[in-house]
Amino acid sequence: MKPASFEYLRPASLEEALQYLADLGEDAKIIAGGQSLIPVLNMRLSTPKYLIDIGRVEGLSYIREEDGYLAIGALTRHVELEQSPLVAKHCPLLLEAVKWIGHAQIRQRGTVGGSIAHADPSAELPCVLAALRGEIVIAHADGEETLAAEEFFLTYLLTSLQPDQMIKEVRFPVISNAAGYAFTEVARRHGDFALVEVAAVVELNENQEIALARLAAGGANPVPCVLESVEDFLIGKAADNSLLEEAGEMASESVDPDGDLHGSASYRRSLVKTLTKRALQTAIQRAGGISR
Amino acid sequence: MANLIGQSFRRKEDYRFVTGTGQYVADIRMDNMAEAAFIRSTYAHARIKSIDRSAALALDDVYAVITGEDLVGKVGLMSEMESHCRLPKHIEDQIKPIMKHNVEPVLATGKVKYVGQNVVCIVAKNRYIAEDAAALVKIDYEPLPAVVDPFEALKEGAPLVQDDLDDNMQAYFHLPVGSWEEAVSKADHVIKGRFTSPRVGSNPIETRGVVASYDNRTDFLNIWSSTQMPFEIRHYVAKLLGLVEQNIRVVAPDVGGGFGPKGGLYPEEVLLAYLAKQLKRPVRWIEDRMEHMSGARHSRDQIHALEVAYTKDGTILGVKDDFVLDVGAINYFALTCAYNSAAHFRGAYKIPVFDLTCRIALTNKTPNVPYRGAGRPEVVFAMDRIVDMIARELGMDPVEVMLKNIIPAEEMPYSQGMYYKDGGELIYDSGNYPEAFEMALEMSRFKEIRANQERWRQEGKYIGIGFSSNVEGTGVGPFEGAKVSIDPSGQVILHVGSSSQGQSHETVFGQVAGDVFGVSLDRVTVKNGDTVALGYGAGTYASRSAVNAGSAAHLASVKLREKMLAVAGNVLEIAPEELTMKDGVIYAVSQPEKKITFPELAAAAAPGMRCKVPEGMDPGLEATHYFVPPTVTYSSSVHAAVVEVDIETGFVKIKNYYIVHDSGRVINPMVVEGQVQGGFAQGIGTALYEEVVHNENGQLLTGTYMDYLLPTSMEVPVAVQGEQEYYSTRNPLGVKGVGESGAISTPAAIANAVVDALAPFHVKIDRLPVSPNRVFDLLQDAQSEEVIMPK
Amino acid sequence: MKTMEITVTVNGKKRTETVETRMLLSDFIREQLRLTGTHLGCEHGVCGACTVLVNGKAARSCLMLAVQADGFAIDTVESLAREDGSLHPLQQAFSDNHALQCGFCTPGFMMTLVDFLQENPNPSEGEIREAISGNLCRCTGYANIVKAVEQASQALAKQGG
Repeated sequence: MKPASFEYLRPASLEEALQYLADLGEDAKIIAGGQSLIPVLNMRLSTPKYLIDIGRVEGLSYIREEDGYLAIGALTRHVELEQSPLVAKHCPLLLEAVKWIGHAQIRQRGTVGGSIAHADPSAELPCVLAALRGEIVIAHADGEETLAAEEFFLTYLLTSLQPDQMIKEVRFPVISNAAGYAFTEVARRHGDFALVEVAAVVELNENQEIALARLAAGGANPVPCVLESVEDFLIGKAADNSLLEEAGEMASESVDPDGDLHGSASYRRSLVKTLTKRALQTAIQRAGGISR
Repeated sequence: MANLIGQSFRRKEDYRFVTGTGQYVADIRMDNMAEAAFIRSTYAHARIKSIDRSAALALDDVYAVITGEDLVGKVGLMSEMESHCRLPKHIEDQIKPIMKHNVEPVLATGKVKYVGQNVVCIVAKNRYIAEDAAALVKIDYEPLPAVVDPFEALKEGAPLVQDDLDDNMQAYFHLPVGSWEEAVSKADHVIKGRFTSPRVGSNPIETRGVVASYDNRTDFLNIWSSTQMPFEIRHYVAKLLGLVEQNIRVVAPDVGGGFGPKGGLYPEEVLLAYLAKQLKRPVRWIEDRMEHMSGARHSRDQIHALEVAYTKDGTILGVKDDFVLDVGAINYFALTCAYNSAAHFRGAYKIPVFDLTCRIALTNKTPNVPYRGAGRPEVVFAMDRIVDMIARELGMDPVEVMLKNIIPAEEMPYSQGMYYKDGGELIYDSGNYPEAFEMALEMSRFKEIRANQERWRQEGKYIGIGFSSNVEGTGVGPFEGAKVSIDPSGQVILHVGSSSQGQSHETVFGQVAGDVFGVSLDRVTVKNGDTVALGYGAGTYASRSAVNAGSAAHLASVKLREKMLAVAGNVLEIAPEELTMKDGVIYAVSQPEKKITFPELAAAAAPGMRCKVPEGMDPGLEATHYFVPPTVTYSSSVHAAVVEVDIETGFVKIKNYYIVHDSGRVINPMVVEGQVQGGFAQGIGTALYEEVVHNENGQLLTGTYMDYLLPTSMEVPVAVQGEQEYYSTRNPLGVKGVGESGAISTPAAIANAVVDALAPFHVKIDRLPVSPNRVFDLLQDAQSEEVIMPK
Repeated sequence: MKTMEITVTVNGKKRTETVETRMLLSDFIREQLRLTGTHLGCEHGVCGACTVLVNGKAARSCLMLAVQADGFAIDTVESLAREDGSLHPLQQAFSDNHALQCGFCTPGFMMTLVDFLQENPNPSEGEIREAISGNLCRCTGYANIVKAVEQASQALAKQGG
């Protein structure tokens, strides 16, 4: 399990990196933290001619609060999210989700941009990004563009990122202080990719009715999937157990999972139901609502 | 005299391991050493039409690209391990076995028989280049129909796995103890069950590896292998390459875990030896994890179709089992696992009638060999699951049925009315199983749990408790040896034939020898894993080292002690009976000033004109003993699992776990506890997480650690241990083996606990692992078929 | 062959070496620097046996290229014991508690824990278990490793205070 030979390039600036991408196109692969890419290189499932190491590119590691979202630089490590007071304050859902990513050693090296670009449908960050209707800032030699999560994730491990493009920043909308949130996940073992995960954000009005709902599931569809019909259903409803039950049922009907070694389609569907219920219950509680 | 035995000494081997200065096979590096890589079959069954290696050979720093055809007539075929195939005549008479000769070339010739089989070997300057070359070799395969399911394999007309055989039934035996018909006629009920223990892999964290180097000046071959059986490797390398055994030295250096599948002969050991000689340079091969998943041998893979006859009070009258073992493409270990299954089926239960039929099926899968438990966890799972089913059919508590059928303490030693595979009568030598069970009930607070279960369920908490017991034949022969000597420095040097893969040989056998010589542990140096140190050796497997090598170490030390006293008596001119030894000094009990130290004695015993050894004795302070056990000695354990099941997600959480074990006399309690906890952790893997999965074409679906799930620290709780110490009557130390018992009952206990937690749903678990998806499915069709049938 | 010169500070000593660009950090440490205490168990980032400190933080050396470590500090298990051969509190605790059997996974566990105990000097059992969950041990069943970490954290606290 040793990588095939490649030319190693180490740009110091974003401009330089983008120029390499523009010049080399599909022959090049970007490496940042390498936690998803290097296993694939070791197994020789990928044999790029050029490896562009963006690890030393200046100015891509940051967490900032801007205009209602947290702007997170592509090279920001998972561990930095864990330790960031800004994340804890403005997007505690993200903090809760990050803890489910792999293990400490992986979170030490793995980057936010890498997780998003890898686009594993059961990964945590894409799920949170989808739930919050976050955005991805994509850079290329000619400029930048901003894509919504739903435009970005195309299918299993595939995104709309073109060979000459790279992720520059990921934007997670800030969650209001009044909102409740929850990230629920089940994985075969601690640290494994999720069988299913659900991210939820709920705001209540003064009548204890649901005023805002954000809900997404990972591990259920080929892309992280916003449970829009469930969100719509929840608005204006008083939170009680039967509501949770119904929401869970709707969620499971709105996904179309594939089965694999660790979970059949019907099992995953059922997990979507259970985790939706549980995520909503916790989110509602945290929003100051009563459940049960 | 036991000052050292019984104490939890810190291990002598630890210093090098914690400082990173151990020497595992991958750490060996020699001048001019090349590295090998293998191309392994990507088909389960295919004819090799052609292999084009020209591009690979054209690559710089590639030294050789070898195919199976290159070796025909030069390297012999691998086949079943002779040492594990011999059955005593009286067992043959009883079970009338069929055992067919089967073979595997070190590199495939003609056809490939399983995914992961070695097809091409590349030797290059380093592993990176070897893998570059591998990518350039073109192999043209013609796929053949793959036989993946063992029942399909056994059908008439199924494609043949081994072309020279008539069918895929490689082995068969039938063991009748008492009359099944009679048991049925006396029974009130007969219940059926079918229990599957799937394939798993042992997955030591160190993969396998071999380094070979050949010295043409002395015509000597050195092999380092991460093996459990260095002496067997020496034997087979010599045999397959036509060499003299004593011109080969096999060293098992520090070995990073084995658990069974690092035993036996592997193609790489033979081939690297051959290549080192051919290429006139040392060659190293270190298995990578993906090779390990398909190429290192798997285990378990048994399906038991069971019938049990019992009376309405829960007394079991007889068991009938028809089982199939899927051995993969070749059976290297004959009836080892299968007969273990037979011998351990009834465990701690008193069941007079037992009728077992076994068929071993060849399939297009990786060979199946013994792994920790070796045929035992499979039958303990089947037996304790069906006991649980009997109880639930009768409306009794499973504990009540277990206790009703357990062998009473006063009936020890107890005969199971059959033979063990070593030819001895299967008679449990010592132990007290009801006491162990009572201890487990007490420790696990069984009554309290029963009293609260209903209330917990009303709160939505599904908590259950499950039990399993086992009795294990440990310390199987044929023998193990020890050679002990006194170094001129006075140090006691002990060589043992069984080598360590983490079992603490250097410490534990040091304790055994140290006690005989009356010296502290630091004055004993234990060496193992080297074929030049001792004439004969078997290896570390089958919970046998403490019993066999330990006893050999003890008896060799006793021999040497006697000789030392005789020599000292001669030197000091005093009768040996008046002498004793302590801390490296031999002295007269009545006149302590009459003394001689070990270094002085070593000098006095050295050959030559001044040798002071008494007339008729050989010079030198050295003694060797080969211990041959009369038969195995029986350790036992009772496991209790307390689990909570999330009925929405199907996840099982182990809340508490208890193991009461009898390992006979304990040499080092810390080491014994560590073995039990370690076995338990692997049992959790088997119970809840691990399964080697092939698809219908024989492709391996669990080829990485993303898909094959080993338990982590988050999945393995502490098993609280209770100790019984019923000495073995079959060896001078009174010890029993402990390597496997932690793993044997864990799957059964956990499965029973899950069934108990889900009692309101009446689920029946008949297959491992108990994955969340499987629990979910069981809950889905909870109201399925009734298996009880009226007589 | 594509190569590059890199400078790394390994166990406190600066080393400048020419490496193939594709060489894994783990192979660089083992084969080129001959520090064989760092072990390879899976080479796809699951078992944790190859864990080393990269700039003081635990990382899997099989998931990094040597060239990526250019300019960084790397610490391996060989850095733990003192010059006189006496053991680091973690090493001592592993031995005292029989937290290792075959010893193969041990260096990876200890390097994970050096980092962890710096971040969290007084961990609970749950935190310890979580911290080592990225390291696989097939021998011990983890129980004694957890005990060893408890002992080491106390010993380190005494040392620090």
